[in-house]
Amino acid sequence: MDFWTEIPSLGKRDLRDLKKGIDSAFRGFSREYGDNIEAFFDPLYYFLVWLEKLLIAAPWPIILFAVAGLSYLGSKSWKLALGSVLSFVVIGYFGMWKDMMATISLISVATIICIAIGIPVGILMSRYDRVQGAITPILDLMQTIPIFVYLLPVVMLLGIGRVPGLIAVCVYALPPVIRLTNLGIRLVDKEILEAADSFGSSYRQKLFDVQIPLALPNIFAGVNQTIMMALAMVVIASMIGVKGLGMPVLQAIQNQYLTLGLMNGLAIVALAIIFDRVSQRYGKRLQAHRYGKDHE
Amino acid sequence: MSDAKLQINNLYKIFGPKAKKFVPLVKEGISKQELLDSYNHVLGLNNINLTIPQQKVQVIMGLSGSGKSTLIRHINRLIEPTSGEVIVDNKNVLEMSQTELREFRRKKTSMVFQKFALLPHKTVSQNVAYGLTIQGVHEAQAKESSHIWIEKVGLSGFEGHFPAQLSGGMQQRVGLARALATDAPILLMDEAFSALDPLIRTDMQDILLDLQNELQKTIIFITHDLDEALRIGDNIAILRDGKVIQEGNPQEIIMTPADDYISDFIKDVNRGKVIRIKSIVTKGSCRGPNLISSLTLENALKELNKSKTKECNVIDEGGKKIGKVSLDSAIDALLKTNVSTNERYK
Repeated sequence: MDFWTEIPSLGKRDLRDLKKGIDSAFRGFSREYGDNIEAFFDPLYYFLVWLEKLLIAAPWPIILFAVAGLSYLGSKSWKLALGSVLSFVVIGYFGMWKDMMATISLISVATIICIAIGIPVGILMSRYDRVQGAITPILDLMQTIPIFVYLLPVVMLLGIGRVPGLIAVCVYALPPVIRLTNLGIRLVDKEILEAADSFGSSYRQKLFDVQIPLALPNIFAGVNQTIMMALAMVVIASMIGVKGLGMPVLQAIQNQYLTLGLMNGLAIVALAIIFDRVSQRYGKRLQAHRYGKDHE
Repeated sequence: MSDAKLQINNLYKIFGPKAKKFVPLVKEGISKQELLDSYNHVLGLNNINLTIPQQKVQVIMGLSGSGKSTLIRHINRLIEPTSGEVIVDNKNVLEMSQTELREFRRKKTSMVFQKFALLPHKTVSQNVAYGLTIQGVHEAQAKESSHIWIEKVGLSGFEGHFPAQLSGGMQQRVGLARALATDAPILLMDEAFSALDPLIRTDMQDILLDLQNELQKTIIFITHDLDEALRIGDNIAILRDGKVIQEGNPQEIIMTPADDYISDFIKDVNRGKVIRIKSIVTKGSCRGPNLISSLTLENALKELNKSKTKECNVIDEGGKKIGKVSLDSAIDALLKTNVSTNERYK
């Protein structure tokens, strides 16, 4: 009767041994190679620190000027540029300037890394069905696995600090840009590709001249999603010692500082809205040709 | 302009994962339906043999599903064949390496598509120059020669526009200019004018015929429209279920349809405008006036009726007498829609 009431299981002792075995093996691995892996990520660390210091050290009017310029270049909208500058001024006025600069530097580096990895991977996936078959489940895993589960091995390997935080952010934010690059390239009209082939295009010519330009709106939607997801990770990244707007929010949760949490939380929201609107408008302008510049 | 000989031999295309396995079955004569029902493979092309006349317009006609678009894509190998050969200038396109194939597509063929297939992110000028830029021609030079072709298809002033800003007819002019710009001797046109409305279609046919007079390319033109086929084709091949069921010049097709399917196809044709008197000429001569052999029945009827004997002599373009026609035989040809003469063809 036991068979029907209790599911067959490994048994407590075996299970404990199994867990212990894997744990100690990983601990051994991290003791053995942890330093090397950390050294491997050193350039990333220096770049991140350099950017953070640069942003903090730069005189605030110059930052505001850059913010206005970038958001205008991206969106071609004075309103949006003005709104961005105002938000920055308010955030600075309430004493969150340094934290904001740290967060921006983290988001920027994370986004650059995600683009640098994501777009080539997406292109490979679009070219080979087998690569797509292999990578899609990995992406599913990256998006569904509870963040703390992969945070743990990362911390065991690299300790706490900026780089593990950055890696955690990238793991979470990478999938959209890969997925949408792959999708965008696959969605390019088959007849247009046939036309490119019929004139004797090589794979490279087709990729850079036809597929990527036509997939750009989708790729850009992926980049936009990546930025948003990176911002969403700021608080969790602060748990492993990443400086920025997430840190005060974490403190506020631990100590029930309502105002502190609210202020920094709203600052993150403001950053998210600015990034989102500017990048979305920019993405839209990329497909202007679809509707024609000015219909006579 | 270089010339290109184009010949298709024993070409088969079967769609499905084990296509090669079924070629012998198809050769033994299994029908398209049987192949689909018993083996779940689709017969696309069934033993196509065509010699395409040089510097002429070869029309390939058929209803949807007859395999005509599949056939044209074998000529530049956008579709891989299951068996057979496509010979261009004594070389089998189907055996070329990827590099050879790319070179072949750049230099020997160009293609016009049913839905235009323009690059939406490039301007008219960049679209027309596309084939040249692929070949590595310098930008300035490509732009210059693209402008010549834009002018020839009547789109001057629209160089900087994007395709989305143009009407369908104008977009297909861009498609045509893009195909002509590479100077390839073989022009493949896949239902190029089918998506256009009738008036624009006639316009485009005129443009094509004008350009063809000047350029003398070998054109393979796919269509499902018989009027279009008769209008622009020097030679017509009719495709059904992946098989060529009749091939010949427009006159032959109208005068001696190979089977009921084709007679059905041509029954609505305005015979007076299509049939020329050279198709009904008989031996001998008479005292009537001279008519040129390329005259249509419609115009010949007037002359025949005016003639006292109701007969006229027929001369060819050089003025040489080649026989005579009678009013009776002209009316006969005008009315004949049954397949009384098909025995002769078989």
